[in-house]
Amino acid sequence: MTDSKYFTTTKKGEIFELKAELNSDKKEKKKEAVKKVIASMTVGKDVSALFPDVVNCMQTDNLELKKLVYLYLMNYAKSQPDMAIMAVNTFVKDCEDSNPLIRALAVRTMGCIRVDKITEYLCEPLRKCLKDEDPYVRKTAAVCVAKLHDINAQLVEDQGFLDLLKDLLSDSNPMVVANAVAAISEIMDTSPNAAQVLEMNSGTINKLLTALNECTEWGQVFILDSISNYTPKDEREAQSVCERVTPRLAHANAAVVLSAVKVVMKLMEMLDTSGDYVTSLVKKLAPPLVTLLSAEPEIQYVALRNINLIVQKRSDILKNEMKVFFVKYNDPIYVKLEKLDIMIRLTSQSNIAQVLAELKEYATEVDVDFVRKSVRAIGRCAIKVEPAAERCVSTLLDLIQTKVNYVVQEAIVVIKDIFRKYPNKYESIIATLCENLDTLDEPEARASMIWIIGEYAERIDNADELLESFLEGFQDENTQVQLQLLTAIVKLFLKRPTDTQELVQQVLSLSTQDSDNPDLRDRGYIYWRLLSTDPAAAKEVVLAEKPLISEETDLIEPTLLDELICHISSLASVYHKPPNAFVEGRGGQRRVLPVKSQGEGTTEETTAPVETTQQPPQPTVIPGADSLIGDLLDIDLGPGPSMMQQQMYPQQPAAPVPAGGAGGGMDIFGEGFDNLLGGGPSGGDMLGGLGDIFGMPQSQSYVPPQEVWLSAPKGKGLEITGTFARKNNQINMELTFTNKAMQPMTGFAIQFNKNSFGLMPAQVLNIRTPLPPNQSASASLPLNTQGPVQKMEPLTLLQVAIKNSIDVFYLSTQVPLHVLFTEDGEMDKKVFLATWKDIPAQNEVQYTIQNDQHNADTVSQKLRNNNIFTIAKRNVEGQDMLYQSLKLTNGIWVLAELKIQPSTPSFVLSLKARAVDVYEAIKQVYENILHN
Amino acid sequence: MIGGLFIYNHKGEVLISRVYRDDIGRNAVDAFRVNVIHARQQVRSPVTNIARTSFFHIKRSNIWLAAVTKQNVNAAMVFEFLHKMTDVMAAYFGKVTEENIKNNFVLIYEILDEILDFGYPQNTDTGILKTFITQQGVKTQSKEETSQITSQVTGQIGWRREGIKYRRNELFLDVLESVNLLMSPQGQVLSAHVAGRIIMKSYLSGMPECKFGINDKVLMESKGGKSGQDDGRGTSSSGKTSIAIDDCQFHQCVKLSKFETEHSISFIPPDGEFELMRYRTTKDISLPFRIIPLVREVGRQKMEVKVVVKSNFKPSLLAQKVEVRIPTPLNTSGVQVICMKGKAKYKASENAIVWKIKRMGGMKECQLSAEIELLNTNDKRKWTRPPISMNFEV
Repeated sequence: MTDSKYFTTTKKGEIFELKAELNSDKKEKKKEAVKKVIASMTVGKDVSALFPDVVNCMQTDNLELKKLVYLYLMNYAKSQPDMAIMAVNTFVKDCEDSNPLIRALAVRTMGCIRVDKITEYLCEPLRKCLKDEDPYVRKTAAVCVAKLHDINAQLVEDQGFLDLLKDLLSDSNPMVVANAVAAISEIMDTSPNAAQVLEMNSGTINKLLTALNECTEWGQVFILDSISNYTPKDEREAQSVCERVTPRLAHANAAVVLSAVKVVMKLMEMLDTSGDYVTSLVKKLAPPLVTLLSAEPEIQYVALRNINLIVQKRSDILKNEMKVFFVKYNDPIYVKLEKLDIMIRLTSQSNIAQVLAELKEYATEVDVDFVRKSVRAIGRCAIKVEPAAERCVSTLLDLIQTKVNYVVQEAIVVIKDIFRKYPNKYESIIATLCENLDTLDEPEARASMIWIIGEYAERIDNADELLESFLEGFQDENTQVQLQLLTAIVKLFLKRPTDTQELVQQVLSLSTQDSDNPDLRDRGYIYWRLLSTDPAAAKEVVLAEKPLISEETDLIEPTLLDELICHISSLASVYHKPPNAFVEGRGGQRRVLPVKSQGEGTTEETTAPVETTQQPPQPTVIPGADSLIGDLLDIDLGPGPSMMQQQMYPQQPAAPVPAGGAGGGMDIFGEGFDNLLGGGPSGGDMLGGLGDIFGMPQSQSYVPPQEVWLSAPKGKGLEITGTFARKNNQINMELTFTNKAMQPMTGFAIQFNKNSFGLMPAQVLNIRTPLPPNQSASASLPLNTQGPVQKMEPLTLLQVAIKNSIDVFYLSTQVPLHVLFTEDGEMDKKVFLATWKDIPAQNEVQYTIQNDQHNADTVSQKLRNNNIFTIAKRNVEGQDMLYQSLKLTNGIWVLAELKIQPSTPSFVLSLKARAVDVYEAIKQVYENILHN
Repeated sequence: MIGGLFIYNHKGEVLISRVYRDDIGRNAVDAFRVNVIHARQQVRSPVTNIARTSFFHIKRSNIWLAAVTKQNVNAAMVFEFLHKMTDVMAAYFGKVTEENIKNNFVLIYEILDEILDFGYPQNTDTGILKTFITQQGVKTQSKEETSQITSQVTGQIGWRREGIKYRRNELFLDVLESVNLLMSPQGQVLSAHVAGRIIMKSYLSGMPECKFGINDKVLMESKGGKSGQDDGRGTSSSGKTSIAIDDCQFHQCVKLSKFETEHSISFIPPDGEFELMRYRTTKDISLPFRIIPLVREVGRQKMEVKVVVKSNFKPSLLAQKVEVRIPTPLNTSGVQVICMKGKAKYKASENAIVWKIKRMGGMKECQLSAEIELLNTNDKRKWTRPPISMNFEV
């Protein structure tokens, strides 16, 4: 008997014919007709018109026919709710049938019919079925509770089904337990009320662990996934759960294995990292993960995506298994690309030789994406493993010789990074690179090549010709290339000013006058002004040393990584995105890794070894704001926004620079310039600002480096760094917001608590929103001192609340006191003397401050910049005595005597004021300013 | 959980569509067809996200199986389920082809109704399914029979039914090993491992509990305590060294907790053929054969291939049914083969030269040389040079 004929009925009047057949007296004919209906339904034809006729066939003792009718009902009941009622009687009757298979079938189908009236009738049969004597019916009923909850959550809670479901966890049949667990997990995910009722405790977990040994493979998955949501109360319990879960690692079903891995990975957080048990766990995890790589390719893919996470979290698990990630000829492309990713992560000095040999082979494969990624990987190896850099470079050179277009381009992009990592080491290959200029047609490769030419202009004899050739098509280039070309030509000019003047004129006019790209125009203007005002400064700025680039890329942000570890084996781990990024509405709460219960800061302990290996070496720290501008201008290769960020705010330890990062259009002005210039977007203002900075750079007051005020994990992905600055008689709070979460942030606002000096924002927080992931935005917030006053301990403490679209965050920081020194703090000499005498001697305090090789003049200049005024200077027995005064915003005067002894490396600072509370903070200011 | 399951033919026509959840609409069926099956580029991932709906797919010859969901499901489970689903279909009606699916669509719907409930996989064991999902319609079953079925479906031993009887109790074990080897062009072994499978055919009555042992180093160590002593004993008593198994995985019938604590493989086997365990070893792999290929491209229209096979095992052993498969370029027009031993033939349909040698002793060497004529093509893509593969029995 073949059923395929049902698929081929396409003639007209078909519905009518079917109707007749459905009402036929002959059972066989009826069944044939229902089959035809189902076939049409499958193909997508609308057969809802036959609803009453099909439902009429429901009353039958033929199970096969009954199932087909039910299938039809599930599909169309929603569109014909009134007629669906006709089926209720049959359902209720079937729920009483003596055959458990029919009872289960009825309850299963009823749950799938989403019609309110039917749902009402479902409650009673369901309640009975949950207590049915037959386990098959009970396991079906358990899932039906979840179905009902999906239709009407309130009903389930009101009717007490949750408790009945909970009772099933103690059922003697393992499959009933497994389905009950599955239903409970789903209900808990969607409904917070139910979550309270169904909360797991160690007792229920124990029952689940017992059922785990006996139920089907799928049941084991449900149970393990549910256990992974449970946080044991202490280390001992965590260990005992681990012990009972680890045997699952030898299961043939990959889902069971991965879910077991998830439980173990999560609970390991709670265990003593140095203990033997964790060491043995780590050993046990590796073999099953490796074995997953011999499963079907789709499962390999899921496994590899998860291994990628696991390697980032605990690199020790698979550190010796590099070879298993070597690509096989017949691996599907998605498996190959994932393997390559993991290979790069596992690369170390010990295995670099093998890896490199492999990568070289891959680079000759046929799949373009794979080849590109392999070439890029070779570059990564060079940057990651220094001793192998030379071999990597020669491999890349070999690849360039192949003249395969995309290989050459990719190689040039990575070579640029290698040059940055190891300056003055491999420049001999530039000649070879230049041979391939004509073949470059991708913006990133062109930009990289131009950067190389600009950077090494003095060694390339015909650098001017090369750059000139690029300049011909300037207008048609991608922004990234234009920016790069501009910078490269300026570099060339600074290095060889004699014969390149024309070229630089040309590029400057092209970028400032003929371009409508603001980034390009603005950069052009800066260079132009810089070159015409002070070429020496321009040289310092444009040719300054560049910060280091980091060796790891594409690392997942740690908070997200921890969340994803809790979702091992699930879709989230495949996408490397948190569930709320792709699941609509439901599935509310975020999962976090458990923390070890006793002792403090154990999470740091456990993650520390991983972090140290991942953190890039601290890039060069730029000391103050006055040199900040210099670095700003030095952003001469186009590696994208995060590179920018690194150069501007090098104090931030996180955010490693992706050396291969693409991206063009940088936002120099938007990001940092406004704060420096007091926010003048118009051209005139800007140039004036520049003049200020370069004309009298010494007049800058001291601005402490930005500190992290709110770390990303605490700020749910928002990282805030900040400092205070005083300029133009105005206190400013300089803030940088970095979005390390996966979604854009909006709705920023700020508020201060009462504080000692009445500081409060003078404007609303003005920040570019939305703030996209992995980007930062800076804001300069003017403050005034008209807010409510309350004395804080310490005096300079400031409590801040910051709000965004995600949450409200509270942070506290210390205001460096000098921003509160007013410009009119210079006392008359006589008044000074009188006041000094007037203040009682017990108010005088002496401090010693380490000298930083300053003489009296530089000291007083430095202090003056910060509104500490030197009123008189005296030389007593070879010692310089400076008498100084300052005034705080709240009118407190402070007098100081600074003793500078050329012979000893320290200053002696004596302070006198009526309010002694400020002394400590003022001494701090002196130290900060003088040591800067 | 799984929101729906669709089966398509190679043209993207729906053969089976079963929706389990309300959040999956009919348009999901079309979304997958348009974005994956009819996609212009080759599929780059088995998981696709289209408009917040995730599609998992596997492909068997011309048939696409896709599971759809809008939730954060267990991805490994979905793929395991799809593979299991094809196994179940194969067990019911043989090869999974368009024809067979159309012929059995009612049966497939019935199976889908049983093995997925609200998107949660239920018992998928074919042995059990066959007891109550039959193509002949349901025979009138007595109460005992049905309760027996339900207890099996949900029972602790879901893979075996009670009351099996054989006149003669028999048990067969097959050990299938495949050596996976990666070699650099210079002939250096990069990685090698043996993936072994133990296939059991059991024809036993009742509910027999079986125990099974292997001379695995892990097992021995755990019994003997110190490893140093153990190695010595292992060699002296059995005359064979123990083998270090990196990892093993077991069929669901094996009591895993018992293996963990006592290191004994004990199980109640399903009836008939099944895969009892898989294992993987990487230590001390001596390669049974060595193949040395020499390929020389003589101009655009001719290629010379020379393949030498060397057997590396003891001369006392004999390899049988040796089959070497040498891939040829797609534009091959003709092949002339000369071989010293065995028979070699060019099979155009498989794009390969198949060389069969009935018997081959240890420490021997055979050679094959072939001249391949190529058609002129304007296809610029390089020939990917697929690897030579080989099968044999010892």
